[in-house]
Amino acid sequence: MNFPKELKYSRSHEWVRFSDDAAVTVGLTEYAQQELGELVFVNLPDVGAAVSVGECFSDVESVKAVSDVYSPVSGTVSEINETLLDSPESINKDPYGAWFIKVQGVYETEELMDAEEYRSFVEEEENR
Amino acid sequence: MELIFEKSVEGRCCALLADSDIPEYKLKESLLRKAPLRLPELSETDVSRHYTQLAERTHGINNGFYPLGSCTMKYNPRINEEVASWPEFTQIHPLQPRSTTAGCVEVLDLCEKHLCEITGMDAMTFEPAAGAHGEFTALLMIKAYHNSRGDSGRKKIIVPDSAHGTNPASAAMAGFSVVNIPSAADGRVDLDALKNAAGPDTAGLMLTNPNTVGLFDKNILEISRIVHKAGGLLYYDGANLNAIMGIARPGDMGFDVIHLNLHKTFSAPHGGGGPGSGPVGCKEFLKKYLPHSVLGENASASSIGQVKAFYGNFLVVLRALSYILTLGGDGLRIASENAVLNANYMMAKLKGVFDIPFDGFCMHEFVMSLEKLKKNAGVSALDIAKSMLDNGMHPPTMYFPLIVHEALMIEPTETESRETMDEAVEVLVNLYKDALTDSDKLHRSPYATPVRRLDEVGAARNPVLKYSFS
Amino acid sequence: MGGYIPSTAEQREQMLSEIGVSSVSELYSDIPEIVKLKRPLRIPKGISEQETYRELRSIAAKNKVFPTVLRGAGAYKHYIPSIVKYIAAKEEFVTAYTPYQAEISQGILQSIFEYQTMICDLTGLDVSNASVYDGASAAAEAVAMCSAPKRMRALVSSCANPEVIETIRTYGFGSGVEIVAIPEKNGATDMDELKRLADETVCCVYIQQPNFYGILESAAEAGEIAHGSGAKFIIGCNPVSLSIIQSPAECGADIAVGEGQPLGMPLSFGGPYLGFMAAKDALLRKLPGRIVGQTRDVDGKRAFVLTMQAREQHIRREKASSNICSNQALCALTASVYLAAMGPEGLREAARQCVSKAHYFSAKLCEIPGVRLRYNGEFFHEFMTDLPVSSEIVLSRLEQNGILGGLPVKGAILWCVTEAVSRKELDMAIEIVREACASLEARKES
Repeated sequence: MNFPKELKYSRSHEWVRFSDDAAVTVGLTEYAQQELGELVFVNLPDVGAAVSVGECFSDVESVKAVSDVYSPVSGTVSEINETLLDSPESINKDPYGAWFIKVQGVYETEELMDAEEYRSFVEEEENR
Repeated sequence: MELIFEKSVEGRCCALLADSDIPEYKLKESLLRKAPLRLPELSETDVSRHYTQLAERTHGINNGFYPLGSCTMKYNPRINEEVASWPEFTQIHPLQPRSTTAGCVEVLDLCEKHLCEITGMDAMTFEPAAGAHGEFTALLMIKAYHNSRGDSGRKKIIVPDSAHGTNPASAAMAGFSVVNIPSAADGRVDLDALKNAAGPDTAGLMLTNPNTVGLFDKNILEISRIVHKAGGLLYYDGANLNAIMGIARPGDMGFDVIHLNLHKTFSAPHGGGGPGSGPVGCKEFLKKYLPHSVLGENASASSIGQVKAFYGNFLVVLRALSYILTLGGDGLRIASENAVLNANYMMAKLKGVFDIPFDGFCMHEFVMSLEKLKKNAGVSALDIAKSMLDNGMHPPTMYFPLIVHEALMIEPTETESRETMDEAVEVLVNLYKDALTDSDKLHRSPYATPVRRLDEVGAARNPVLKYSFS
Repeated sequence: MGGYIPSTAEQREQMLSEIGVSSVSELYSDIPEIVKLKRPLRIPKGISEQETYRELRSIAAKNKVFPTVLRGAGAYKHYIPSIVKYIAAKEEFVTAYTPYQAEISQGILQSIFEYQTMICDLTGLDVSNASVYDGASAAAEAVAMCSAPKRMRALVSSCANPEVIETIRTYGFGSGVEIVAIPEKNGATDMDELKRLADETVCCVYIQQPNFYGILESAAEAGEIAHGSGAKFIIGCNPVSLSIIQSPAECGADIAVGEGQPLGMPLSFGGPYLGFMAAKDALLRKLPGRIVGQTRDVDGKRAFVLTMQAREQHIRREKASSNICSNQALCALTASVYLAAMGPEGLREAARQCVSKAHYFSAKLCEIPGVRLRYNGEFFHEFMTDLPVSSEIVLSRLEQNGILGGLPVKGAILWCVTEAVSRKELDMAIEIVREACASLEARKES
C-alpha cells in the first residue's frame, strides 16, 4: 500500500499535507478507501465552515454504509474539492489526489504520524 | 422485460368512464397545463399482462419461506383481506357523520381494547401509519410530557447500539439528541453504561424487548428502575412482540409508551413495503398527549397534534382485528409459543454448523455470525443469502443487528411447518459445505433468478430514477 | 388449533426434545417470573373463520354507505376501474416485504420505478421517492427537507387542508421549525401578506393547489415571492387535477407533494392512502424514504434496485434525513395501475368531468334563493356555499336520501363533485337542497 512520505497521517486514517501557502490539505488514505469499499457519495462542508481537531467535517457513503471523516486540524475551510461531488470514485482511484478540504488559519493540529509510523499502525489494525 | 412506457401505443386506451352528460366548463387558459402528459396508452389486456409479469417477478410469502428476521413474515390470512374489501368499510368517507360510521368506530375501539390488554397499556392511537411513524409519535408525547412539567431540559434519548435504525432517526426527528450505549457481551443492555448515561437530561430510553438479537432482556425491571429514577420514560419498540403475546406485557415491565407493528405481529401483509400500521399505546398519564384528527375528532388541549390525516391506516387495523378475533386470547399465546419453539428448533439444528454468538434459548428469532466463514473461506453472509435465492427461499435479514459481524438473522414465525424449516436447515448446511469447497460458486450466485447480482455501485453513483422519454 | 400453525402436537413434542427441553415454558426462562402474565388474556377465545366472518359482518352493517358522495375535504370518491382492484390484490404484491433482495423483487422494484416516472410526469419535477404515508405527512416531510440552521420558519397557507396544516405543525414541534400561517383573503392565500412575511429566516412556502376551499391559487406568484426571499416553494397538489391544470413545475415549485388517494384508492375511512413527493434534482439527496434506480446485473440485463440507501435510517441512523422505513408501496402500485389504465386521455377526462360537474352543481345550487358561493375565485372540483338555513338541516335531508352532502366548514358547506357522480344524482341533490331551503323559508314566513 502506498503512503507518500511527504504526508502526515491521523489515527482515523486521514492524510494531511502541509504546504507553503499556509493552507493545510486533508484527504482519506489508501487504507481508508480500501476499507470503505467503492464510494458512491461524499458530503462536504461549506467554504468558511469551522473545523476542529477530532470532529467530523464530512462523510462518505458506500452502497451499504456511511462513514464520518474527521478533521486532524482546527481552522477554517478555505476550499473544498467539488469534483468529489460528481466523481466520488476518484477517492478510490487516486486517494492522494482526491483531497477533501483545504484549511486556513490552522491553530491546532492533532498528533500525527509520518508515513512509516502510519504503515505500522495500519498493519496493527489489520492484524486485530 | 419492457417498461410499461415501452409498451405504450399512441391512441390505445381502456374504455372506463361514462361520457359526461353535462356541458363542459372551460377553466381559464392561464390555469391550464402546457406540458404533455406522458402516461402510457394501453389496452386493458396490456395493463393486465404487464402487472401479471411483474407479479411473477416478485417473491411474496406465498411463494416460499420468508425467514426475514425482525420483520415477522407470518402468513397473511385471506379472511382478513376479504373483510378489508367489503364496501361497508372501503366506501366510508372519513368525515361522514359519526352516526353513520359506528362500525368503523367499533373496529377501532375493539382493536384498542384488545391491544391494550395484550400490551398492558391504557389507551392507544391508530394514527401512525408504520412503526417508525409510531416511534416519532410516541417521542413527541414524551417531549410534551416533560415540557408540561416545566422539565424541558430533558433533551436526550438513550438508544442501545443494537437498536433498529429507526429508533435514533425518530429521536432526532423529534428534536432529541441521541445517546448510543453499547450492548453488554451477552447482547443485552449494559447496565453500567445505562447508569452512566441516565441523568437529569434524559428524556427516555428506547428499547426493543425481546431485543434485536432475539433475546429477552432479563434485567428489564432494573433497566426500568434506572430510567425512571433518572426521571426519564421507558419506550417499547414493539417490533418483537410476536414472541411474548399472552406471556408477558410491556406495561408490566415498566414501559410507559409503546408502538406496535400490526403488519408484523398481527398478520397484516407488508404490501412490498407498506402500508403498515404503527399504533401507539400508553399509560393513563400520557393519554392526553395522544394525537387526534382536527377535522374528525374532539381534541384534547394537550394533544401533540396529528401526524397524518384522519385516523391512520384503517383497513390495516381492521385486518389486525380480524386476526385477533380469530385467534382469541388463547390463540395469541399459542402463536407466540410456536414462534419461539420454531426459532429455537432451527437454532438447535444450525448450532453445530454455524456460530451462534449468544448462549441460551432465543425468543422468536436468532442471529448467526458468519465471521469465521468469511475469514476462512472468504464467503460472506451476503454470498450465503444470495445462494438461498436459488433455492426458492427468501434469505434471512443480513448484516443486522450491527453489533454482530456477518450477521444472518432468522425468524421462521409460527406459521411455518417443521418440514419447511427442515428444508431450510438443509439448504443452509449444504451452502456452508459448498462455501468450504467451492466458494466461487457462492460468490457468483444467484443463478436461477430473473436477474442476477446487480451493479449497486453504478446505480448509486449515476442515479437513473425514472424512464427517459424520447 | 387456530393461529395458522401447521405443526402437529406430535411434531411439537419432537421439536422440543430436539431442542432438549420438555416444555415451551422452559424456553421462556429468561423472562423474570415477576413480569410474566399469570392469567389468560382477557380476550374472547379463538373462533373459526366462519364465526369471524359473521362477527365482522355485523360490525360492518353498522356503517352506512352513501351511494352518492358530494364530500371531499381531503378524501375523494372517484370511479375505480375494476382492473385496479384485481391487480392490487395479487398475492405476490400483497405479501412481499420491502424489496431488499433485488434479484427476487424485480416486479415490485420495476413497479416503483414506473410509479416514480409517472409522479415526475404529473408534477413536472425531476425525481420522486417510492411514497410516504399520506399527503399530510408528505407535506410535513417536504417542509423538513427545506429547513436549515438559519432558516427555521415555514410559511404555510391558511387555505391548506387543516389536517395538513396540523400535521406540518406537529412535525415542527419535533424539529423546531416554526410554522407561520399565511392569512387568507377571499378564500385564497393573501399574496400581500405572503410578501410581508417572506424574509431571509423563511425556509419554505407551502400552498395547496387547489386549496382546501377548492379555489385555484395564484401559485406561480407565490413561487416568485418564495424564491425572492431565498425560500423553497412547495405545492401540495391534487394528482387528478394535474392532468389539466398547471403542473407544480410550471408554477416554479421546488417540491410537489400530495394525497395520492384519488388515484384508485377507495375512501376506507381515511386510510391506507398514498403520500407522493417529487422534487427538483438539486433536492434529491434530501428526499426522504426509498428510491428505486435502474442498473444492470452481472449479465448486463436491465434491472432495478433500491438505491441511495445510505441516506436512510437503517444506515445513517440519527443523521438520516427522515426516519421513514415502511411506506405505502402497495398504494403506489395501485396508483400506477390506475394511471396506466386511465392513460393520459382517461385522466384528463376524469379531471374535465370533475370541473364541469362541479360547476354545473354550483350554478344550479346558486339558483336557489339564498344560496351563494362564499368565494368567487376559479375552482376545480370543490367550492363553498352559504345557505339561507342551517347546514345541519340540509345535510340530514340529503342523508335521508342516500347522499353524503358537503362538509360544514366555517358556517358554509364545502362541496365536492367528481366524475363518479351523474347528472341525475346532482339534480336530485339540488331538488333536496331546494326543498330544505324553501320549506324552512316558508316556515319562517308563516
